[in-house]
Amino acid sequence: MSLDQQPIVSRNPSPAAPPAPGADAVLVARDLSVWYGSTQALRGVSIAIPRNRITALIGPSGCGKSTLLRCFNRMNDLIPGFRMEGQLGFDGDPVAGPEVDPVTLRRRVGMVFQKPNPFPKTVYHNVAWGARINGYTGDLDELVERSLRRAALWDEVKDKLNRSGLDLSGGQQQRLCIARTLAVEPEVILMDEPCSALDPISTARVEDLMEDLKAEYTIVIVTHNMQQARRVSDMTACLMLDEARGNGHRPGVLAEFSPTDVLFTTPKDPRTEAYITGRIG
Amino acid sequence: MSRASDALYRPRRGLRRALGAGFAGLCLAATLSGVVVLVVLLGAVLVKALALPPNPPWFAVGEQLRELAAFLSRIASSTNSPNPELAGFKAGIIGSLWLLLLVALIAIPVGVGAGLYLEEYAPAGRLRRAIQTNIANLAGVPSIVYGILGLVVFSRAFGFQALALGKMLWAGALTLSLLVLPIVVIATQEALRAVPPSLRQAALALGATRWQVIRDHVLPSALPGILTGTILALSRAIGETAPLLMVGAANSILFPPSGPSDYYTALPVEIYNFATLPREEFRSVAAGGILILLGILLSMNAVAIFLRTPTGQRAASRAIAQLGRLGWSGRRAGRSRTGLASAVVVPGPGASGPDSEVAQPTDQGGAES
Repeated sequence: MSLDQQPIVSRNPSPAAPPAPGADAVLVARDLSVWYGSTQALRGVSIAIPRNRITALIGPSGCGKSTLLRCFNRMNDLIPGFRMEGQLGFDGDPVAGPEVDPVTLRRRVGMVFQKPNPFPKTVYHNVAWGARINGYTGDLDELVERSLRRAALWDEVKDKLNRSGLDLSGGQQQRLCIARTLAVEPEVILMDEPCSALDPISTARVEDLMEDLKAEYTIVIVTHNMQQARRVSDMTACLMLDEARGNGHRPGVLAEFSPTDVLFTTPKDPRTEAYITGRIG
Repeated sequence: MSRASDALYRPRRGLRRALGAGFAGLCLAATLSGVVVLVVLLGAVLVKALALPPNPPWFAVGEQLRELAAFLSRIASSTNSPNPELAGFKAGIIGSLWLLLLVALIAIPVGVGAGLYLEEYAPAGRLRRAIQTNIANLAGVPSIVYGILGLVVFSRAFGFQALALGKMLWAGALTLSLLVLPIVVIATQEALRAVPPSLRQAALALGATRWQVIRDHVLPSALPGILTGTILALSRAIGETAPLLMVGAANSILFPPSGPSDYYTALPVEIYNFATLPREEFRSVAAGGILILLGILLSMNAVAIFLRTPTGQRAASRAIAQLGRLGWSGRRAGRSRTGLASAVVVPGPGASGPDSEVAQPTDQGGAES
């Protein structure tokens, strides 16, 4: 059955994936399981990520937060031995499967990585490259300026557009990577611990930026920092390690997915409660 | 103050230190042995090259150098002759440069292409592992074996007279290309493997195809490494003698080859021939040839070493960026004319960095249209 005619949120009121009030789901996973070789990384995850919200994925190390995130733009395909079962939808279209072109998908589902990874090119070309290779026919200069402005970086770099992106500070590099992602006009931005390599001031700037971007984009952020999840996100998904299977591996499962204020004040799942109060993880 | 447990330790600090110093000394001796051999070799070759009369005393450095320069330029500009006073390496030098050019034209595209395929495209599995192992083994096959292969395949074409290359320069170039191909492939693969995965992921996450990632990010990053390995492979090719003897590099040729279909000889082959001649004077000529060959090899290696330094890497990537820009700005001529570009074009004499990539497309676009 195809995913495109389903009002997924209303028809599938799974307890793990309650609909966010007043928002439709843009990314949907249903009964998603992932293996790397013989190691199961995720088991039976069902989640519906609401549009124009910031959704945080939290949980202990190795519980599959990044794996889940990378499923949505097929970056896991690059890992040898990766295998998944279940359904993944983006805007009602399937994400996985041989008929889906990951190149097209990745333009619409952008990604910001843990470590700032600007290209060893000029600031200008860092932003312009993605648009150019996607066949952008508009005014590149205008696009570069607009993207840098939206990433709150323009004022700091407008005089050094032809300097290398690697000459910027760590926080500026990360915002440059965000600008680069914005330049290809994605609908969703996946952020994999975007602030873990940044100092508190740079972190605050990125968090403010996310708040500004929320109006136009759907943001999914993986974070180890529970204060950050609390500060920035509207919805929070808490992943946990399942109990050990026969071979000792513990796949990740979705323990709870709720509005952030609910999850952090009145968690329903005892494992979530233990995690957010610091007793495990 | 000592604790009771100290009695259980016997530190023997003097012995431990002496052992360390001794080991470092052995390693130093091992290092120096290579340097010493090189110095002795160069000295012996120099003495041989300067053996012809007149013989100025060894301490007259200026005179010796002048004599050496005159001698080298004489043997570099004259061809083979039965008279050692007139004999030289012109045919061999030009033959070797031809070989170098043809080997570069054949081995670099094929080798880099194979390395790219194996590293970037080939599906991991048993087949790829088998190919990989074979290439590593091929790099260790003795060069004379390649000579025999070249004789059968290129010179004689398995007996098909129409395809046989005989003693043409082509036969030597193809044989040497086969010889260095594994080195180029392995160097390319190693350079590609050194490209950080974060760079590929960043590019792929923007919706780039694999070819776009390779063209704009992977190859430019790997280029200095590829060039280094390739130059070292070429300097191996230019020093090879044995396979060329098999595929028809001539003993003595009076006219340097003027094209890849001519008969040819190569510098190391001529050196070998002169060294085997009975007259003592030819030894000097052979030694002079060795100096020329070493000069070529050392300057090629110097380029390779330069490309490994940060300055060299920047220079290489800048050159490549320049090449890429020529193609790109031609297509985009006039598109990015307005707004930002005019605001960015060369901010001022002090601020313009070495790579003013933003300004350039506009400038060139304007110039072309």
